[in-house]
This record gives sequence, structure tokens and C-alpha cells, in this order.
Amino acid sequence: MDKRTLLPGLLILFAWLTACSGHQWNNPYVAEDTEKNILYTVFTERPKHLDPVQSYSSNEIQFTAQIYEPPLQYHYLKRPFVLIPATAEEIPVVKYRDVHGNQLPGDAQPDDIAYSVYEITIKAGIHFQPHPAFARDAQGHWLYHDLNRQEMASVRKLADFSQTGTRELVAEDYVYQIKRLAHPKLHSPIYGLMADYIAGLREYADVLKQADQNRPEEKTFLDLRDYQLEGVQVVDRYTYRITIKGKYPQFVYWLAMPFFAPIPWEADRFYSQQGLKQKNITLDWYPVGTGPYMLTENDPNSRMVLEKNPNFHDEYYPAEGMPGDEENDLLVDAGKKLPFIDKIIFTREKESIPRWNKFLQGYYDASGIGSDSFDQAVQLVGQGEATVTEAMAEQGIRLETAVAASTYYMGFNMLDPVVGGRNERERESARKLRQAISIAVDYEEFISIFANGRGMPAQSPIPPGIAGYREGEEGVNPVVYDWVNGEPKRKSIQAAKALLAEAGYPDGMDQRTGAPLILYFDVTARSAEDRSRLDWMRKQFQKLNIQLVVRSTDYNRFQDKIRKGNAQIFEWGWNADYPDAENFLFLLYGPQRKVGNSGENAANYLNAEYDRLFEQMKNMEDGPQRQQIIDRMIEILRLDAPWLWGYHPKDYGLYHAWYQNVKPNRISNNNLKYFKIDTALRTQKRAEWNEPVIWPVALILAVLAVSFVPAVNAFRRHESSTAVRATSSDTTG
Amino acid sequence: MLSYIIRRIFYAIPILIGVNLITFMLFFVVNTPDDMARMQLGIKYVTPEAIEKWKAERGYDKPLLFNQEAENLDKLTSTIFFEKSVSMFIFDFGKADDGRDIAQEIKSRMLPSLAIALPVFVLGLVVYITCALLMVFFRATYIDFLGVVSCVALMSISSLFYIIVGQFLISKLWHWVPISGYETGLDAAKFLFLPVIIGVISSAGSNIRWYRTIFLEEMNKEYVRTARAKGLSERIVLFRHVLGNALIPILTGAVVVVPLLFLGSLLVESFFGIPGLGSYTIDAINSQDFAIVRAMVFLGSLLYIIGLVLTDISYTWVDPRIHLA
Repeated sequence: MDKRTLLPGLLILFAWLTACSGHQWNNPYVAEDTEKNILYTVFTERPKHLDPVQSYSSNEIQFTAQIYEPPLQYHYLKRPFVLIPATAEEIPVVKYRDVHGNQLPGDAQPDDIAYSVYEITIKAGIHFQPHPAFARDAQGHWLYHDLNRQEMASVRKLADFSQTGTRELVAEDYVYQIKRLAHPKLHSPIYGLMADYIAGLREYADVLKQADQNRPEEKTFLDLRDYQLEGVQVVDRYTYRITIKGKYPQFVYWLAMPFFAPIPWEADRFYSQQGLKQKNITLDWYPVGTGPYMLTENDPNSRMVLEKNPNFHDEYYPAEGMPGDEENDLLVDAGKKLPFIDKIIFTREKESIPRWNKFLQGYYDASGIGSDSFDQAVQLVGQGEATVTEAMAEQGIRLETAVAASTYYMGFNMLDPVVGGRNERERESARKLRQAISIAVDYEEFISIFANGRGMPAQSPIPPGIAGYREGEEGVNPVVYDWVNGEPKRKSIQAAKALLAEAGYPDGMDQRTGAPLILYFDVTARSAEDRSRLDWMRKQFQKLNIQLVVRSTDYNRFQDKIRKGNAQIFEWGWNADYPDAENFLFLLYGPQRKVGNSGENAANYLNAEYDRLFEQMKNMEDGPQRQQIIDRMIEILRLDAPWLWGYHPKDYGLYHAWYQNVKPNRISNNNLKYFKIDTALRTQKRAEWNEPVIWPVALILAVLAVSFVPAVNAFRRHESSTAVRATSSDTTG
Repeated sequence: MLSYIIRRIFYAIPILIGVNLITFMLFFVVNTPDDMARMQLGIKYVTPEAIEKWKAERGYDKPLLFNQEAENLDKLTSTIFFEKSVSMFIFDFGKADDGRDIAQEIKSRMLPSLAIALPVFVLGLVVYITCALLMVFFRATYIDFLGVVSCVALMSISSLFYIIVGQFLISKLWHWVPISGYETGLDAAKFLFLPVIIGVISSAGSNIRWYRTIFLEEMNKEYVRTARAKGLSERIVLFRHVLGNALIPILTGAVVVVPLLFLGSLLVESFFGIPGLGSYTIDAINSQDFAIVRAMVFLGSLLYIIGLVLTDISYTWVDPRIHLA
């Protein structure tokens, strides 16, 4: 072939071959997968732990929740959130006992209750995913529990084990996992909390620590079955019993988290081999569960792949939901067997630009919305209702929103003399100061400017959708809002100034010293976007003529200040662990104070009545009486204003038309089994949206050719020129 | 030469200890072992006991540099610095704070880093030298002038801009290659095309100008005049004589970076989703994982020293007059 025709020829051949394969040039996935029932999604942060005893953060639970099955789960469609059985036969009914072990009636007084007993029976016939830890030879010996050096040398990843096996799920597996909470070599974030509740767990940790220390070095496996835990017992093959100290109604929510999922001892035994640990093959990285999916590829640097667990038990899409679910096609698959999707590919995308563009090209099935792409994706219509822009709608992209079970607040350090007060007089003055600031800082504006409208101003710590939350007029904070024409209206700045004057700072001046009032705001913010936010915050305080000094520091120092009570005003947030008011109200419970108690009460708020009511409320079942106590607690909080209640963020998610059965929520995490993908539509749209544009190739070649012609001519002239001319040009170089 | 290499290896030891000490000091000025524990254990429900347990397990419960309570030599050896540093000199990088073996991670991430860095290096060298030689060949013509102007323009633009524009044009608008991602084997080609092109272009301005300067300097030397006087064509003069004699300064800049190619690029790997050592280091800094940070800094220093030794050795290959002793 002539040299001049070689390059265009190759390009045409490449284009033709690509067209024949039906695969887009920019498709990041392998051609064979094009029409497969696969969900493509992203993860941004590398998960640190996939062991359910250790993993807690959202970037970890998105994997573990699909693999591990705790006994309970949340109903996918119902709101407020309702617990339903997962592997359990039914929701356990708590039984109360006194100190002597005698059974008490259900309405027994909390003070009389020494123990709460939960007896959980799991369904028979559930099996673990295929895994080499269960593999046995014909004689029933474990194939991979004692690998020799030669066998170990041939293993690089879990998939290198040729044989796998399975086993039926039994109660012992759940008990084994609860014992692991106290394992000396593991760091369960909830061990400290659970040790206060599960009978004997703290002592059990000491026993295990001793056993671990006495264990010969060559014995790498600490078999927890050999050590009994007082508060957690196997009753029979399918039943286990958990004994809780005192009354703790919220415990049942923990039973819906992966911390309480089953771990088979065989897996622990298998992964305890030193050679496997050295190759990063550990339970922390290769989970073994009974859930709808199993992890088949684990490369936290690049991609994680979940595939349908062939041993997954029968579970069906819910047949009932909330009003509107049917109209939104959320009940089309009612009664169908789960899961619908065969494989889920999580690709690591650290940067938002490639992530967003790949979503628009159809290579990711869903996307969040960053602030830089918000205007491109969302528009506000009518009464501020958010909807997708026309361009998005043309692509068939739809928007799903939900208020997160979270709260972002601005806290006052109650140990600070100015905003907290040291004596009764100072405390009263500080309370009025906090109330004035609560009115002045306009969170409606904040949400509009800095969150693109994605949030709702908080009236208390409790977000919507959580038991204890009040809607309408009765849910409005009367310290900050008036109820006008059927909606809350922030009080005027004059009202705030009046409170400020009552606090002893008329027009922002300390009436005792005559000095201007200066407050200090401790933040970790540093980016340009943060600067405008902080400027905005300064302006809010300036409305009251208060000078706000921003003290920016790194996150470590900031945490240190909060722990030591050295901050004055700070920002913080909380995501619900479970959908109960107790999980938010405890953030202001006295014994949970950061200073001295290392708890979660960052404001170091202390109010005797509030604490007494909290203790009463946390032991109660949901109902009008409990609601009454919650209402009173919130009333106290609103008056004391230890926080500016801030806002509850709204989650905005964009979904392609082929992504079905989506009902967003931030409480339950095992939702992937309910989703469905219309692969034919996706394939068609991807082909439409990603046709390669060829003309720039021709343009580039033409530009190169045009630029090279004079150069080649000049070269030829140069080569044929006389030496004298060539030499003379040296001097000009 | 052998004695020279052995001597350089001995020189390397105090340098590595020094680098290790500086990394250690800088890291622990910003982070305390308690901060590291909190970063790993999360922010919810973390008890002081859990932090103490985490530190004790990883040896972070000891003093940083000097153990007042220990006796004799233990005052220095029973410290975080000593215990974390010594093992690195036998290439035992230990475990990251999340429990994963660092050596394994480095092994698995080295190839993706090399997959980008090596083509960028080789292709870049060829392109830069060729362009520089062409500009020298056409010196004082419009081609040279346009070349210099283009180089200045290329130098003035940040590499982030090249990445964003490259992704926008090539991947988003024209749909030629994926915007980001990585595969092993032959499938890697379509993912590497764009980052390699961008890698070459983003460094083109400064490199071409640098090589042009070197070549122009050589052009004025006597041997070039002699070669021309012998009747050699300008092409032969440039590509054989000038290029050959300009190799020393070229090698000075090029060979020293060869070992560092393993460490990858922080920015390109992040934007193109390449699971290399560059993004590994960034992740470690973000998660305050001292074990990884010190391992990567140690490796970086070591590779740099190796690069310098290789540079010296390469001089002897291109110039027989140089002897290392």
C-alpha cells in the first residue's frame, strides 16, 4: 500500500471494524457486556473495611449491605421506615426479666427491668455464597483450611481457589459474629456502645484478650466457638437469644445493620492463615455472606464487582407501598423474585468531571449532582419545585429527591463563658444571645445559595421521616419563626436585636464594657467556595452588629478543639444510624458531652429536665405518650438554642430512563436487589449518544499536511543549498 | 566503576535516613497518632479505649523520637521513628493502616503507573527531540518562530487545562476514547491513548525549548562546521553529529527520571481513573496513612538516587572519555 494511503486506510478499517462490532469507541466496558443485565455505578472513596464487624461508613456499607444479611431489614417502599424480617422468621418480640431472671410483663417499668431478651429464629434453608472456605474433599476434609507453603505460593487472589462449597445458615453464625464485636484484633466501632448493653460483652473481650495472648504463635486461629458469651446464646439450630442489660428498645434497629450479620466460623478459620493475610486475602476484603450479591472482583483502587449469589434464598419484591408508588411504577414488579440485576460494576471515579460526562454518555446508570453541574441538570419550577432541565428530559433522565435522615447544624459550646455562660445570670444572657443569632442566620437563604435549594430548614434536631418529627404549625420553632398564612416565616431582625439587647449586647456592644461583641467560629473550611460561605456567615452576624471571627484549621486540630471544649461556635452534622428520634436527641444528652465524657454531645449541652426526659423517652415504645415527651424535649431545646438547627439536606439523584424501581432513602442500604435495568433501551441510547465524530480526524490530517508542505519544501531547498549559505545562517540561530 | 557504585550506595544511606527523618517530622507535626487512629476508626462512637488499642497494636503508643522511660539504647530504638524506619531498609514496608500489605499494593499498582509514564516518557523524548531538531534545522525561519511561540503558549497553560479540554474534545464531543478508566492487557490501549497524548503535550513546551537550546549551542561548535565542510548533508550533521554530542545534557535530564516512572503521576491518574502509585500516594495523604506515605517517600528517594547513579553510568556509555572511579 502506498504510504500516503496507509493512514487513512487504517482509520477507515478501524472505523469499519468498530461499526461491525456495534461497540462505541468511547465505551469503557468490554464489548461482550454490552447487552448484559449489569448495573454500572461508581464509588469515589476506596473502602477501608468490608468486614461487617468493622465497616461503618457509607462507602463501605454500599458493598457490605448487598452481601451480608442481618436478621432484619427495612421495608423498601413504606415510610416512615418499617422493620421487616430479612433472614428472621419474624420481628423478635422482646421479653423483660428482673434481676432474678423472672419474666416481667410487657408494660413493666424500666427501673424493674434488669434484662431485655430478644429471641430470633432464622429461616431454614438459607445458604452461604459459594466460597473456598466451605470446600471439602470426598472424605469431608477441609480443602483449604491448612494450606502448605507450596499451595499458598500458587494463590494470588481468592478466585485462584478452584473449589468452592457452601453451607446452610444457622443461628451459630449470628452468635459468632456478635462475639467478634469483642475480638481483640478487630476494631468494631460499636463495641463500646454494645458493651454497655449486651450482657457480658465487656467481660468477654477480656477473656478473648487473655486467650489471644496465651495462644501459641503458630496457631493463628482464635476459635470463638470455644468461648461462651453470657448475653448471646444459641438456642437451637435456627434460634439464638440476645440478652440486653436493662431496656433498650432501639436495639432492634441495630439488628438491621451488617454488624449483626452472620459470619461462618469456617471463613474466619480460612482467612486466619498467615500466608493469605500477607497476600491481602482477608475477611476484611473478601466477604462471605448469604445476601443477594457476592463480591467477585475486589480492586478498591479501580473497580469492585458484585455478582448475583447463586445460593440466594427466595425473596420477593414488596407487594404494597405508599400512596403514589403504584403511579410511579414502583409496584410493577410486586411479588417477583429478587434480585433483578445479574451484576453490579462499581468503578472508582475520584473526579466529578469524568463521572458526570460518563453518566451523560449512558455509561453510568445514575448520578448525583455536583454544584458545578447543578444548573445543567436541574431547574426550579412553580413553587420552587425541582425538576430536570429540558436537555436532561430529552435524554429521558429523571430526578428523584428525598430529604436525608441527616442534620447539619451550627453548635455553640455551652462551656464557653460568652455563648454558654458560667453562672445563672450569664447563662440567661447567653441563651438570649443564641436565640438572637438563631433568628439572624437565615438558613432559607443559605440553602438557596450554597445548597442549590437542596435542603429544608431544620426546626429541631429531628429530620422528617423519623418517628418524633412533627409537621406543620406544631413542628415549627416558635423562637425563630412565626406561623403566617399557613407557612413558617422567619422572625424579623428587629426581634433578634431586641433579644440581643436583653442579652446585654444592645446593637452588638457589650453594655458592661462598651466593647463590640466578637464571636469566634471554628471551621475546617479552606476552599474558595468555603470562603464565600464564611463571608455570608459573617454578614449574618453583622445584621446584629456582631463581629464573627473565623478560625480556620485542619480537621485534626478542629476535632481536638471540640474534644477539649476550646471551640466557641462550630459546624457539625449527623447521619441517622436508625430512624428513631433517640438517635438525634442523644446528641444533646448531658452524659454524652464531649468534654469529660468523650460522647457525641459536641455542644456540651446540659439540662437536667432534658436529660431526665431523654432517659424516660429512650426506654419507651413509639406512641402518643412518647411523642408528648419528645415534644417537651424539643421545646426545651428550642428555648435553650444550643444549636442553630441548620438544615436537613435533600438528596438529589439523576436516573436514566432504563433504571427502574428506584425509591431513594438513606436509612436502608440493601436496595440494589430491588433495582431493574432495561438493557435493550440502554444499548440503543448508548449507540445513539456516542456515535464517533470522524471529521476532526480529516481536519487534523489536513492541517498537518498544509503545515508540512512548506516545511518539506524548505527542507528540500535547504538540502540543495550551497554550503556558504548554510553556514551564514548559523550566525542567526 | 564498581567501587564508584559501592561508594554511591554508602552515600545513599545517610540521605535516605535524612529523608525518612524529615518525612517523619513533617508528618507528625501535622498529625498525631491519635488523629491517625480517629481517621481509621471513624468519627462515630469512638472511645478513648479504642484509640489506645489501635495505637498499641500498630506501635504508635510509643514516643516519637526519644523514649525517656527506656534504658540505654532502647531510648532510641523503642520509638516510633526507629521501629517504623528500620524495616524499610530491608524493603519491609509493613501494612497500611487499613491492614493491607503495602508491598503487595505497590506491586499491583506499579504496572498501571508504568503503562502511562513509560509511553509518555518514550514518546515524549522522541517528539521533543525531533521537534527541537526540526526547529534548529529551520532556525531563523517562520517554522522556528512559530515553534517557539507554540512552546511558550504550551508552557503557559496548566496541565489540568489540557486534561479537561482533552477529555471534553476527544471523549465527550468526538467520542473517540473513554473519558476515564483502566483495563489490563491490550484493552488498556483505548484508556491510555488520551492520557498519554495529554502527558506528552502538557510537557512539550518546556522540553522542546530546552532541547532546542542544547542543540543550538552545539550547532555553533567547530565540529559542526568541520562536518559541513566535509560536505555532509544538514540532516546527517544534525541527527548524527549534533544529536550524538548533545546526549550528555539530554541524559542528565532524562535518565534520572527513568526510575521515577514507577511512581506515576498524581494528577493524570486521578482524572483518568488509573489505579497507579500516584493516586495511591494521594489517597494515603488524604487518609493520614503514615505507613504508606513514608514507604512512598522512601521509595521515591531511593529511585531518585538510583536515577542519579544511572545517569553517571550513562555518561560513560555516550562519552568514552568519561571514567567513573
